[in-house]
Amino acid sequence: MKIDSRVVLLPMDNVDTDQIIPARFLKTISKIGLGDQLFNDWRYLADGSPNLDFVLNKAESKGAEILLAGDNFGCGSSREHAPWALTQFGFKAVISTSFADIFKQNSLKNSLLPIVVSRDVHAKLLELRSADQAMKLQIDLASQMLIMPDGESVSFDVDAFSKTCMLEGVDEVGYILKQMPAIEKFEAGRLGGLNTLVWQ
Amino acid sequence: MQQSKPRTIIEKVWDSHVVAEQPGAPTLLYIDFHLVHEVTSPQAFAGLRDRGLKVRRPQNTFATVDHSTPTTPKNLPIVDQIAATQVAQMATNAEEFGIPFFGFHNENNGICHVIGPEQGLTQPGMTVVCGDSHTATHGAFGALAFGIGTSEVEMVLATQVLLQRKSKTYQVHVDGSLKPGVAAKDIILALISRIGIGGGTGCVFEFTGSAIRSLSMEERMTVCNMAIEAGARAGMIAPDDTTYQYLAGRRFVPKGADWDAAVARWKQLPSDEGAVYDHSITINADELEPMITFGTNPGQGMAISGNIPDPASISDKLERDSLVKALKYMDLQPGQKLAGHPVNVVFVGSCTNSRISDLRAAASVMKGRKVKDGVRMLVVPGSQQIKRQAQAEGLDKIFTDSGAEWREAGCSMCIAMNGDQLAPGQYSVSTSNRNFEGRQGKGGRTFLASPMTAAASAINGVVTDVRTLMGGK
Ligand code: SF4
Repeated sequence: MKIDSRVVLLPMDNVDTDQIIPARFLKTISKIGLGDQLFNDWRYLADGSPNLDFVLNKAESKGAEILLAGDNFGCGSSREHAPWALTQFGFKAVISTSFADIFKQNSLKNSLLPIVVSRDVHAKLLELRSADQAMKLQIDLASQMLIMPDGESVSFDVDAFSKTCMLEGVDEVGYILKQMPAIEKFEAGRLGGLNTLVWQ
Repeated sequence: MQQSKPRTIIEKVWDSHVVAEQPGAPTLLYIDFHLVHEVTSPQAFAGLRDRGLKVRRPQNTFATVDHSTPTTPKNLPIVDQIAATQVAQMATNAEEFGIPFFGFHNENNGICHVIGPEQGLTQPGMTVVCGDSHTATHGAFGALAFGIGTSEVEMVLATQVLLQRKSKTYQVHVDGSLKPGVAAKDIILALISRIGIGGGTGCVFEFTGSAIRSLSMEERMTVCNMAIEAGARAGMIAPDDTTYQYLAGRRFVPKGADWDAAVARWKQLPSDEGAVYDHSITINADELEPMITFGTNPGQGMAISGNIPDPASISDKLERDSLVKALKYMDLQPGQKLAGHPVNVVFVGSCTNSRISDLRAAASVMKGRKVKDGVRMLVVPGSQQIKRQAQAEGLDKIFTDSGAEWREAGCSMCIAMNGDQLAPGQYSVSTSNRNFEGRQGKGGRTFLASPMTAAASAINGVVTDVRTLMGGK
């Protein structure tokens, strides 16, 4: 997975999943069409027309695959609709100084790369991007490198298992199903029984 | 396995659920109890169908509908067609996959995190998951309980295990005792305001100390429920006699000799003396006041007598910007007091504060008083069972006599998916857990507080310190 893209700037701390995709759009029973509702309440005015002040509606955001956000991105609810909406809009990576736990896991399962950078790197990225709307970043998952326009490269962490899954398209349910004997063995040897919840 | 090192309850429950560990891969963790609701599960069931898989242990899986269900009388149809479809899909999925289901018309229907404990489904030492971040609630029983995404819902349905990495341990020690007018909700709001909404990221909390020990099970659930609002994966409280007394005789707990054996096992769960935590914080319950939030995340809270902080006092730019943005959204000024601020709506409900003791607390403030003219108050019990009990105790009468609405069970205005919502610009005092922008309706503004504070604010029509209404009745 290699990304070479302009960057959408959302320099706000604690962007919660209710902002990424408001709850009223969770009544769907499919995953489709959520990209249009990404950041809905910031993105559209009361009459449904685009809010031209919001970054996603600006020309420079078109086609961008990287979101540069503030600290603790994706806090709040466990809704996987958040990464679904982000990827359907076209994002492939989000860069921040930290992510909420559930959001991070949900993202990794949807090939949306959550990249944690230090405060210094974050500040530099904000500065570069603020100075140049067309700034591009390169991200290479295989080498875990983020390359800035001035050539400086920064390595980022990604857990080895998720990386393999993303690069090789490993299906996690399939991976677990292969371990069924271990699961059955665990159940059979369970101390105090299986805690089976029975109708009394 | 011979364990010599003292362990926390967090580690004990984790260790006893490890199915397999392979180098370079996350742990395969066994899941005992899986709660399913209509909003985060349809895509998971669709995934099972695509793969031709069954639900591996339907007997360890329970489903309800709660988020998008109306709280109007049950004989009325669900008017929102999209919500109706989602509710119907949950029924279809439960039926097709053989999952026990407390459906819309079931006498045990209610909010997932309310009915699990109420039915005795949540038990000490279990691993509990649900496609819902407030699964943390079940940690009040000494279960390791956490929210998961829809992909993981599918994983648990198909295999009964999850791929997980161990969290860090974080001790939240609360000593002392709560003063009159101060509630369990105020403990957790105080914690979040101190460590921030990312303060617990990567961690599981264990709540310890004399103040926690003296809480009822329902109060413990309120505390654990909002562990996620500090960013923690889960919150746990070691089981004790309060736990066993609460569970004894409930529908799904073991009976007879099995019960005795279970209690003997549960007694091994509390953290060992000398167990070490990665982080810790101490809170003195004696010093707590009723809390209220002023901003757009649960960490932006203060004592009700306090003043809204000044962004100018914050050095970090993004942090400062986020407070400026929050105050703009809330239309509030730095330095302002919230006590005395007008409110339009008061909501008592949600998986944080919709249990019988919460309703009793609100009713005790409202008895013989009237909701201020122009204020709408909704009281929404967490389950049908709670609703019946409240009615048996006459609480519904206290609420309706005072001018409040008494509704059917559900998530209601906690998440505003079911038609119960704020109008743009309106202010609410709400006993729910999130004050994010638009959480209770687009443009709505939320002050989070305890049921007592909510009730007092309904009476006065302004944010009110409940202690000013106490004693003189
Ligand atoms: S009451 Fe609110 S927080 Fe609890 S499960 Fe329902 S929507 Fe989620």
